[in-house]
Amino acid sequence: MHIDNFASGDSLLHRLDPRLKIVIAVLFSVIVAVADKSLCLATAVCFSLALLLIARLSLREVFLRLLVVNAFILFLWLFLPFTYGGEKLFSIGPLDATRDGIIYALQITVKSNTIVVALIALLATTPIITLGHALSHLYVPSKLIHLLFFTVRYLQVLHLEYDRLRAAMKIRAFRPGTNLHTYRSLSYLIGMLLIKSFDRADRIRKAMLCRGFHGEFYLLSHFKLQKIDVVMLLIMMLVVGGMASLQWIILK
Amino acid sequence: MDNSEVIIDLKGVSFVYHGNHSQRPVLDNLNLQISRGQRVGLIGPNGSGKTTLFHLLMGLLRPNQGEILVFGKKRQQEKDFREVREKIGLLFQDSDDQLFCPTVAEDVAFGPLNLGRTQDEALEITRQVLKRLGLEEFEDRLTYKLSGGEKRLISLATVLAMQPEVLVLDEPTTGLDEDTVERLIQILRSSDLTYLIASHNREFLSKTTDTVYRLAQGKLARAT
Repeated sequence: MHIDNFASGDSLLHRLDPRLKIVIAVLFSVIVAVADKSLCLATAVCFSLALLLIARLSLREVFLRLLVVNAFILFLWLFLPFTYGGEKLFSIGPLDATRDGIIYALQITVKSNTIVVALIALLATTPIITLGHALSHLYVPSKLIHLLFFTVRYLQVLHLEYDRLRAAMKIRAFRPGTNLHTYRSLSYLIGMLLIKSFDRADRIRKAMLCRGFHGEFYLLSHFKLQKIDVVMLLIMMLVVGGMASLQWIILK
Repeated sequence: MDNSEVIIDLKGVSFVYHGNHSQRPVLDNLNLQISRGQRVGLIGPNGSGKTTLFHLLMGLLRPNQGEILVFGKKRQQEKDFREVREKIGLLFQDSDDQLFCPTVAEDVAFGPLNLGRTQDEALEITRQVLKRLGLEEFEDRLTYKLSGGEKRLISLATVLAMQPEVLVLDEPTTGLDEDTVERLIQILRSSDLTYLIASHNREFLSKTTDTVYRLAQGKLARAT
């Protein structure tokens, strides 16, 4: 399991108040997602690379994560240049690639990578539990937050359960292949996981009832803004604000 | 306190799981009385209904027949059992069911907060309980990263934090190493609680309880 892989460092970004990191991450992502001016996007790329450097994360790990993102984007490159209208640039057989299509695909690539890098640098540097607490202090509905908590808590348990079932199959010489026996066995595995999760959910509910649960959750941790938090918030707001004004005011 | 006061009284309790009507009931006209201060062990083969009995007592299941009296009051509806759950603490067989909060402190504080304590009081109780069990250093640990033995002891802490009058432990020694079992024995012996323990571990029961019942064919009998 690779939850909280990036959260163990001790950089400036790791120590920053998670509430403001969430706010900046949301603002930044929204602006980058809707922006189309190159100068604005270039600023965004620089900003997220700067964050990455400040966070002092293993560049190799970050690169591996980006590979996953770009695997999806690869599909865009297969379709977008050939389906988007506009000036023809070159053709492969009966397919015409347009200049606008390529620019569009390029923009999407830059945008998604920029957002993911910024999210890794800002959000993955906080343990997910702390993020949950920060979200609740930002008035995100408690049901969503508890969904997040339960997911984190039981992902591990489910994963272990999956490992146990897989091991049980392996020690009886199960080797996956392309045949009905494999499909049937794997669907048993998934079915069993679903049933076990259902049963576990029931037992957890009972355990909670036994401890007097009546629909209310309470949070114990609180955050306090430090001086450095305010300084960093101002700097990052300035950059994000600059990006927004480049996009909508200066280059209009 | 009156030591002969009966605090748990099951009268003629029968229970059949849904969809099992053709089969024998899990519990068949079962009687059980536990007085304050009594330490009762419960043995019985797998599937004999020990967990079912505990869940009936806590109101997680309802009997098909019979009466459940706890602290002298008849308990029938969900709201009757709410009071029962404040005074009887149940330790589940699988600690992963019991620990669901991200951190140890939050999990231990969950019960007290539900009972209407303030955050500060709940934290104070949490620290006291953890200290009593020698688990102070666990306060900020993540529950899903604990070992099996640690999870069991923290689960016990979450139950003790509700300051119950009765403890009900469902197979507390399963999967624990000798040292942890020994620790559990010490904790139980040094407490002045009334408790009821289901276990397959005879030695553990002989060290912690003074009466042992055997549950078989849906009925209880004094075990020898």
